[in-house]
Formats: sequence, C-alpha cells, structure tokens
Amino acid sequence: MDLDHDVHAGPSADLEKRVAAFLDEHDPATMDRLDFLRAQFDAGLAWVWFPEGLGGLGLPQQLQGIVDEAMSRAGAPTNRPETNGIGLGMAAPTILAFGTDEQKQRFLRPLWTGEEIWCQLFSEPGAGSDLANVATRAVRDGDGWVVNGQKVWTSGAHNARLAILVARTDPDVPKHAGLTYFLCDMTDPGVEIRPLRQITGEAEFNEVFLTDVRIPDTQRLGAEGQGWKVANQTLNNERVSIGRAAVRETGVVGVLARTWRERPELRTSDLHDRVLRLWVDNEVFRVTGQRLRQKLAQGQPGPEGSAMKLTFARIAQEATGLELELLGEDGLRYEDGQGWTMVRPDRVDFAGRDAGYRYLRAKGNSIEGGTSEIMRNVVAERVLGLPGEHRVDKDRPWKETAR
Amino acid sequence: MSQLTQPSNLDLLPTEFEEDARTTVRALLAERCEPSAVTAMYDGDRAIVAPLWRTLAQELGLAGLLVPEAHGGAGATVREAAAVAEELGRGAAPVPFLTSAVVATTALLGADTEAGAELLGALAAGERTAALVVPFSTAPDDALAPLDLTDGAVSGTVTSVAGAVEADVLLVLVDTGSGIALAMVEAGAASVQPVVSLDMSRQIADVVLDGAAATIVHAGGEPAVRRALLTGAAVLASEQAGVARWCLEETLAYLKVRTQFGRVVGGFQAIKHRLADLYAEVESAGAAAVYAAATVAADDPDQHVATAVAQSFCSDIAVHAAEEAVQLHGGIGMTWEHPAHLYLKRAKADQIALGTPGAHRARLAELVDLPAESA
Repeated sequence: MDLDHDVHAGPSADLEKRVAAFLDEHDPATMDRLDFLRAQFDAGLAWVWFPEGLGGLGLPQQLQGIVDEAMSRAGAPTNRPETNGIGLGMAAPTILAFGTDEQKQRFLRPLWTGEEIWCQLFSEPGAGSDLANVATRAVRDGDGWVVNGQKVWTSGAHNARLAILVARTDPDVPKHAGLTYFLCDMTDPGVEIRPLRQITGEAEFNEVFLTDVRIPDTQRLGAEGQGWKVANQTLNNERVSIGRAAVRETGVVGVLARTWRERPELRTSDLHDRVLRLWVDNEVFRVTGQRLRQKLAQGQPGPEGSAMKLTFARIAQEATGLELELLGEDGLRYEDGQGWTMVRPDRVDFAGRDAGYRYLRAKGNSIEGGTSEIMRNVVAERVLGLPGEHRVDKDRPWKETAR
Repeated sequence: MSQLTQPSNLDLLPTEFEEDARTTVRALLAERCEPSAVTAMYDGDRAIVAPLWRTLAQELGLAGLLVPEAHGGAGATVREAAAVAEELGRGAAPVPFLTSAVVATTALLGADTEAGAELLGALAAGERTAALVVPFSTAPDDALAPLDLTDGAVSGTVTSVAGAVEADVLLVLVDTGSGIALAMVEAGAASVQPVVSLDMSRQIADVVLDGAAATIVHAGGEPAVRRALLTGAAVLASEQAGVARWCLEETLAYLKVRTQFGRVVGGFQAIKHRLADLYAEVESAGAAAVYAAATVAADDPDQHVATAVAQSFCSDIAVHAAEEAVQLHGGIGMTWEHPAHLYLKRAKADQIALGTPGAHRARLAELVDLPAESA
C-alpha cells in the first residue's frame, strides 16, 4: 500500500503532467545548466511544498519524489544539494518561516539553484551546547548593524556567499531574549575565515572572525530580540535532516557488512557476533525511521526524532570502531592517498574514504547537531516529562552571568 | 547480494481494529489482572488464570483472532494478534494466548483433516485450549524431534513445554515414517508434569506420553510447525515490546514522585540519561516488532529476516528494561510485593523462548549473507 499515491492521486497525476510539460519546453540536453535550474524554480518544481512564486506549488512534501524521479530520468542537471546542505536544509525553511516578502524573493532562488552557497554562524568558543550564550555583538548603526565576534564549527564557510548568523543585540536582558537573527554577506571585508583542522587531518569546518562587519537592517530575519525563536526553527530542521535511512545496509554498517563478505580471512567468532548485533541495530534503526516517516506523513509528529539521533551516533561509532578491528593489520594504516594532509573538502560522507577516516569522523556524530548528552536531556525533559536541569543564568541579564 | 530479501515498505501504523483490540485488552487487564494475583502464582495459587482466559478467549473472541471466519474465527491477521500480545506483555498476563491462540492455532490453520478443522473451530470458539508440544526454547528453524507413533498410539517425553498446563488438547509432532505429522492427544491421556519455572506466569511442563491415543490432524506437519514457530516468534517480539514499555512507564511514573536529597529522583541527570536511552530502545523495539508482525501477516519475503531481527533485538531490550526497572526502583524493586519481578522473570524467560537472541542472529547470518568464520 503506497500512502503517497493513494492519498494524493489527483495532485500526483497533475504534478506528473506538469513536469512532463516543463521537460517538453526545456530540454536539459541543450539548455545551459543554470538557465534550466532557474526555469525549474520559476515553474514551482524546485521544492513543491514551498508556496507558488517561491519555487513551489504548495503541495505536500512527499510529492517532490515525483519531480526528482522525472528529472533524473530526463537527465536534468541537479542543484548539487550535497554542496549546499546548510542552505537547503536550514536557511531556506527558516527564511520561508520568518522572512519578509523581499527577503524570500531575494534569497530563495539563488539558494536553491546553488548560485549562492550558505553557511551557519551559530556556535562560538563560549556557546556550544549553550547556544543562547553567544557573545558576538551586533550594534545598531543607522539603517544597519555592525557585528563583532568569533564563530566556530562553520562548515563550508570558505565556499559560502551568505550565512545565517545569531548575534547578541541586547546584553541587558536574559540570554534568550537578547538575540537577533541575521543574513550575513560572507564577502564583507570584515569576515575572516580560518580553517579549523580536525582529528581526521582535514578541515571541513572553519573559525570565522567578524570585525566591524556591516549588515543592512533589511537582512535581519525576524524581529529584534526574536533570534532564539528563529534559531530554533533552524535547529529543528537540522535534527530532522540527520538520521534518515530508507534502504537496508546504509552508511557505515553497510560498509562493515561488505568488508565482512569480501574478506573472509579476517573473520573471527567474536567479531561475527558483534557484526550481527550492529546489523540488527542498524536494521531496527531503519524500521524505526520508516515508522516515524509514516507518522509524520499522517501529520502525527513523533517524538522519536531526538532519540533516533542518539541511536544513529552510537551505531556509527561502534560500527566504525569494529571495522578497524576487523581489518586488523590494515587498520593500522591511515589512507594510502590523502593521509593526514590538510585539505578543505566541500562535502562530507560519513561512509566515505577509508576505515580510519570513518572511525575518526564518527566521533563528531555524537557532538554535531546537539551532543548526545544534550539530546538525552531533550528526550528526558520534552518527551518523558522529567524535571529540567538547574539553570542559574535563565532570568539574569546576560552581561551579569559567568562566562 | 541478489539472493537476499529486501525490506518492504509496509504500513507500520496501527489500524483502527488494532487500536480497538489494544484498548479493550488494556481495560480488561486493569480490572481483572491484579499484579498480586499474578504474584500468587509463584506460591501455587493459579486462581486468576481460568476466568481471565475464558473472558479473553470467549467474550472478547481473542482465541479465534487468527482463525478464518469460515471456521468461526475473526479472520484477523498477525498484526492484530501482535497488538493483543503487546498489551498482554504490558500486563504480564498469565493467559495461554501466545501458546494456544497463536502458535497451536497457526499450526492447525492448514490442517488437511476433518479432525483438524473441527479442532480449529473449537479453538476459535474458545471452547478448547491447545498447546504445541515442543520445548518453549525451540527456534523456528531448529531441528524438530518427532515422537514415535505406533498403531495410533504415541510415546515419548517432551520437556519444558509452554501452555501445556492450561491446555486440554496437545498437538504432538509424530514420525509417520515419511515425515513429520501433527497429531492431537487429549490432555487427559498424557502426563503433564508442571515444572517450577523461572516465569510462573507462563509455567512450563514436561509432557510424558506412554502409548497415548493420537489422531493425525495435519499430515504435512513440518511446514505447519515451522510457520507456527515463526509466527509465534514474531508475535512474541510484540509481547516483549509490551513488557519493555510497562517497565519504562512504571519506572518513569515512580521516579517522578520519589524524592531523595530534597529532589525528585527523576531530575538527576544520571537517571534522566538512562531513561532517555531506555526510551530510545523501547520505541525501537516497538517498531521492530510491528515490522516483523506486518511481514508475517503479509507473508512477505522479508518475514524471516524481520522476525530474526525483532527477536534478537526485542528479547534483549525487554530484559534490559526489566533490569533497569528493578535497579531504578531501588530497594522496592527487589521486593516480592512490587510487580517489577514479574516482568523481569517474564522478560528473561521470553529471551530464551522460541530461540535465544544468539540463535536468531545465527539464523540471520545465513539470511543476510554474513557467514561465520570459515572452518
């Protein structure tokens, strides 16, 4: 039984016709790539669940698959979503939810086509799990703002044209109330980007130093002081976008299973049971995700999402650690090609490269997008209804709290 | 890879029928399945069993859930049986639903004899209760040990049989010389010797047959028995998910009111984090169990993988949840008075039932081409 097609038989048939008509008029084989993508956006076939005029048709999100499949069959270019994850997954839904009409018109089209890549200026050295503690200051100056501060863990900053930014605009009120959300131009001369080398040897992330960066007030997203609310919209999207698996044997457990099959000489009885346990855990994770997606499709938001991120991180770390043990002597070697050389990749694949890289990169899975400890607090408090942690800084002016 | 089955995109959300069955069973157990009455079974008082099973089997019609309407049953699927099993697990209910209404009934579903069809009708009506005479630890793909059948009389001993104590008719595997057949033996013609069991809410028994009169009810017995054990294993996963859910909910409720050091104990982060992890496990167990039941209900090619996965996972999660319930209740969790021990004993026995997690993983190794080290 296929939920999508039964429930939306009418709209899906209409959409199929619409895509076919679009492809009749726009031949991907002869058209310029960007022209094609812009036309796709203008036809409402970029993200069909967005409103008309903003790249969508106001349809249910599940119907996007119809467009994507038809485009893929026709050999149409993609907007290379893997290079603009922050833009597509986080900036776009936030701009849609809180942006002015002018902001939506200005930013969404080049974001979707990939002409403008986005990054995220949220975390700071003093504001990790406690994101509301950001110290980067934005001060009013005429019809704009002047921003000073330091951001960290910014993936893709060196490729980004724009950033979503959370800054403190009022230090005299408690921390959550004094934040404002901005759209920052990364080409401003006050933006300095330094690669942040990580345990894998490369630098996916950056430190970003902001010195007298000017942002026009027209690039404030949401009201002054509303930044925490806007940022939460962004972060909820981050947690949803992590932890998707529709196919069996995905990710690092899939890699582990393939190695097991292809290298019989490495097998031991101890490793065998551990491989099977992880295979089971990964399959249960897949089924749990399948049920969660079905609930969401029926408009029953399940609270399992936060819990799934915990499970995802645990499986990834156990599987990559196990894979190195399985490889034995080969596990002592770190990448024949790239090694520890400092590079700046424009995409990340947790299941990519070699086993040593996967093991080290998986350490980030329980930190990025909310540490596993914070996720356990979220589950315990919001799902299970247990008491919150003691907060000594919640009602005091931000400038008086210890940092 | 081509020989491996692929997952199916089955609908895993509960149907209205399932929700109704769940609500009805839950309400009945709240009224009629007092934990103290279940605890009394450990001291030999089994008074709760017969009236509770009669109500579930006859008045609610749960005995005939899996029986086609043509035979007087409800014509429901394994999905609905799994929903009922989850509630029974949640209540640690001491009724032979799994052993009679699921395992024995499934073994009879394709019965190719008149006697078999007749028995199926009696089971559906809740007039009779049956048990498949195999050790409760038998996994769906284990070797089967049929008993000797000579001149219509069967002899032999089968140990650790679940549901035999409650059954008035036994389904025995017999060797016909040309394979395994399923024969029915009146319980009165056998010696059913109850064993002091780890889980007295599902007490096992040794069944001794000494020339007992047997009627063949299903000549093609082995596939039927395999099907029954697979279905039982899939449904057991839901029972285990129900056990785990009770443990989480009960522990959570207690930790929201229990105070120490002037604070609610559930507010300590060491406790919160354990409960968050347990929540993730219990939700996952529920999904794994539903997927297994859905694949068996649909006779989906993925049913063997799904059931092995669910048994491997849910068995351990139920035990872990029960162990956490005992620990996080502190001293009260170790007492005879508190029901946590009923769930611990049920969870641990269920872990062994119908194949240990390790046995299911060994089967899975074959099914998904992750073989053990070469000899």
